[in-house]
Amino acid sequence: MKTIKVGLGTCGVSAGGEKVYTALKNEIAREKIQVNLLETGCMGNCYNEVLVEVIDETGSSNMYGNVTPDKVKRILDEQVMNDKPIGEWIVKGKDAVAEDTFFAKQKRIVLRNCGIIDPDSIDEYIASGGYQAIQKVLKEYTPEQVIEIILKSGLRGRGGAGFLTGMKWRFCRQAAGDKKYIICNADEGDPGAFMDRSTLEGDPHSVLEGMMIGAYACGADEAYIYVRAEYPMAVRRLRHSIRKATEKGFLGENIFGSKVNLKIKIKEGAGAFVCGEETALIASIEGQRGMPRFRPPFPAQKGLWGKPTNINNVETYANIAWIVMNGAEAFAAMGTENSKGTKVFALAGKIARGGLVEVPMGLTINEIIYDIGGGIRDGKKFKAVQMGGPSGGCIPATMGDLQIDYQKINQTGAIMGSGGMVVVDETTCMVEMAKFFLRFTQDESCGKCTFCRIGTKRMLEILERITDGKGQAGDIELLEDLADKIRNNTICGLGQTAPNPVLTTLKYFRDEYEIHIRDKKCPAHSCAPLLTFTILEDKCTGCTLCARVCPAAAISGEKKKVHKIDQATCIKCGKCFETCNFKAIIKD
Amino acid sequence: MTPNDKLKAQHAKNGLAGFKVDLWNYEGEKGALIPLLQAAQDTYGYIPETAIDQISEIVGIPAAEIYGVITFYSQFRLKPLGKFLIKICDGTACHVNGSERIAGTIEDELQISGNDTTEDGLFTLQKVACLGCCSLSPVIMINDETYGRLTPKKVQQLLKEYKTKAQNPQTA
Repeated sequence: MKTIKVGLGTCGVSAGGEKVYTALKNEIAREKIQVNLLETGCMGNCYNEVLVEVIDETGSSNMYGNVTPDKVKRILDEQVMNDKPIGEWIVKGKDAVAEDTFFAKQKRIVLRNCGIIDPDSIDEYIASGGYQAIQKVLKEYTPEQVIEIILKSGLRGRGGAGFLTGMKWRFCRQAAGDKKYIICNADEGDPGAFMDRSTLEGDPHSVLEGMMIGAYACGADEAYIYVRAEYPMAVRRLRHSIRKATEKGFLGENIFGSKVNLKIKIKEGAGAFVCGEETALIASIEGQRGMPRFRPPFPAQKGLWGKPTNINNVETYANIAWIVMNGAEAFAAMGTENSKGTKVFALAGKIARGGLVEVPMGLTINEIIYDIGGGIRDGKKFKAVQMGGPSGGCIPATMGDLQIDYQKINQTGAIMGSGGMVVVDETTCMVEMAKFFLRFTQDESCGKCTFCRIGTKRMLEILERITDGKGQAGDIELLEDLADKIRNNTICGLGQTAPNPVLTTLKYFRDEYEIHIRDKKCPAHSCAPLLTFTILEDKCTGCTLCARVCPAAAISGEKKKVHKIDQATCIKCGKCFETCNFKAIIKD
Repeated sequence: MTPNDKLKAQHAKNGLAGFKVDLWNYEGEKGALIPLLQAAQDTYGYIPETAIDQISEIVGIPAAEIYGVITFYSQFRLKPLGKFLIKICDGTACHVNGSERIAGTIEDELQISGNDTTEDGLFTLQKVACLGCCSLSPVIMINDETYGRLTPKKVQQLLKEYKTKAQNPQTA
């Protein structure tokens, strides 16, 4: 029997996936078609959503993209019932007319089951090899041996800091005390990042299994998954998966019939970016304000409720079962000297093909942007890529040959981060981007450290003045001085990395700052107060539309005669520019 | 009478609809404050003062400290919401793809700004940092529905549909 899979991660649903699923279900019932209809997680090529994959009895498939409910009947009648593919609608598969290269250079390990299995089915997870690793571990390895495997694999924490996971587990194992905790950090607060969301929605059991192995290695019998509340589908899928695993005896007392006990509980975040920081996260689980603590002591020694605690990111845990089953060497064979394995990236922004990608470390930025991402939309030019969210920085297009590697990226001033990769083109103002990130970190600062609380505010004020056309000589030096002081006088990663977006944009796009300050102009034509809107005499038809939408009544002109903008009155809102149907208004 | 039974009785007397199951099943576990606050907000749409007093009695934490926790987290509200909560995503990808224009359009159409609620109690605005649907940017959420690939025109149309829905609930 054939199988139809519909990609229903949160963004699949947002693109209309549920309506397509319902249309399929209804039509299948109406026509009494013999076919399996399944929900699945993120398939990765989000730019083609809604995605519907039709798999025939031999296992070969065609993936239909941009599916809408009105296309469902033809897909069922032609492809499913009569094996007649609709070439123009197929984006991937045996009958694709022109398959793009989105998947060619990817290596999906963390995402091995995403978009393939039904995330709500524990049986499908088991059938695809799931829960073999934890059983192997319980039967054949001591905790120290498990730690040795993870160390040898070279796996580094995927949350952003990149600390060796095996080392972290060892510290927790060696800490004194009988009561220990395991925590999964699923707070994914970086704007522009959806790697963890997709993994939790698409393959929740892989994370649970990783946590089970981690708990065994560290000696913990209680675990928490701290998920941000803004991910209701991930929370729902996790709760369901934990329930199913408990029913089968995979969680609870004597898991898999062993002497090990493990309970996994879910704690929902309440909307605080800083709670992605491990000590703030712990404070939040304890019911307090999410304010970070000074370290040492590290959570491995004194964490949740003062007990030794191991915290890892979702993606880190999702790698563990694969490493155990395939061996540390197999993992270490991928990647570079100091960055082993793969990394999941959320490719977004001005990219032509945005979505969820997983690549071996060592691929270059250009390969990701062009080979996988298809270059920049609308024929524009690649200017920079923002990596690492508000803690990271902008890497310019001139460094496109840089390999994805923790060390190499750190050297640019950016960080690998959790995996957000936002691509920008020539219409993006780098000063404005720095301001955007400062506004975010300033808002999310917990307030404990004076330099973060007040320093980020002062940096933001300077950036606001600059983008408002009120920049002054000495502003850049002031920004650099503040950045240095904030980095060195704060106790947590938020404060320590908040200046990064400013520092990297200053490093690679200093001229943009200087033009804003000295010439009061925005080279990207983005900062409204620095723009001049002009009506082109040879294009204006006198339709009066612009004059009517102008909130400042700054446009004058008679019907069918060329209109004019009074620059003194113009408030640079840009409404006329957006409204004009004749491209008769320019901004520069 | 257990402390939970006493509370149930108090609630019934004060005419407050019961909290969700979490509160009644509270067994003195550690770190329950935030889940209890979330349960209160799920039930009432915001955290009323009476709920704070009652939670304070249950967990034994002073109300002042609870206020400190509530005001730290952006998810918690001390005032009721409008019928439709509009979350405007201002994450990096949405920002770069025009979320400010979308926000501006919504603010113009509804004549409110920031985190306000419209006078007719229909719409509350909230700018959020990232909804995780970056391939569909710019994105907004209205209650549990997500809308992507937006333009100012589409947003105006959407708001019109919701206003109509509010006036004619049967046709919703």
